[in-house]
Amino acid sequence: MKVAVQSEDFDLNLELSRMRAARNDIGAIVSFIGLVRDLNDGAAVTQLTLEHYPGMTEKALLAIVKEASSRWDVLDATLIHRVGTLQAAEQIVLVAVCSAHREHAFLACEFMMDYLKTQAPFWKKELTENGEHWLDDKASDHDALGRWKTNDL
Amino acid sequence: MKIKIFYFARLKETLKFSSEDLELPEAELSLIKLKGVLAKRSEVWQKMLLGNLKVRGAINHELVDDHALIVDGDEVAFFPPVTGG
Repeated sequence: MKVAVQSEDFDLNLELSRMRAARNDIGAIVSFIGLVRDLNDGAAVTQLTLEHYPGMTEKALLAIVKEASSRWDVLDATLIHRVGTLQAAEQIVLVAVCSAHREHAFLACEFMMDYLKTQAPFWKKELTENGEHWLDDKASDHDALGRWKTNDL
Repeated sequence: MKIKIFYFARLKETLKFSSEDLELPEAELSLIKLKGVLAKRSEVWQKMLLGNLKVRGAINHELVDDHALIVDGDEVAFFPPVTGG
């Protein structure tokens, strides 16, 4: 299992190769990558700055991986979240889950993203043509978490 | 008790505080009571901690609700709802 909070970009193929190395029991890998979109609420986004809570963030990410592993048969998982200033089209987050069967990999991957959206201490500040502003949390993200019957603080 | 408090995102920017060490006469205090103590500092603090903005709290790196108790040596953090991913 790997979690990382970093300013550098990540390489999906590198992470998948690492997880697959020296094992033959993986039957399915599901991965998700979140990107910086160039448009949000109708305004052109030039850059995004991600702030986080050092110390708590790593623990929250580990808790997410642990919780997913307790619910599904997860053989290995990687969760990488970038921080700092990112430009449109850049990669923000990677979730990759290895399992014996696809169902567990799909569900665990989706769960980890839903959980991360509302429970991990990251905050986005957007720079658009209209200036700079902090993003608000979305009701749809809290609804998504509700599907998994998890406490949402 | 002595505690450490961190502020993040909009709270940090508006309050112009990223962290502080605070000594309080109480032996324990709920998160909402601590917000009350801090809100007395000025109108800005009042508005940011007890206004319309949703403020979430963490004690020792765990997300908690307003009734969670803070004790000596705790690391407390206040921040807006998270928006990662």
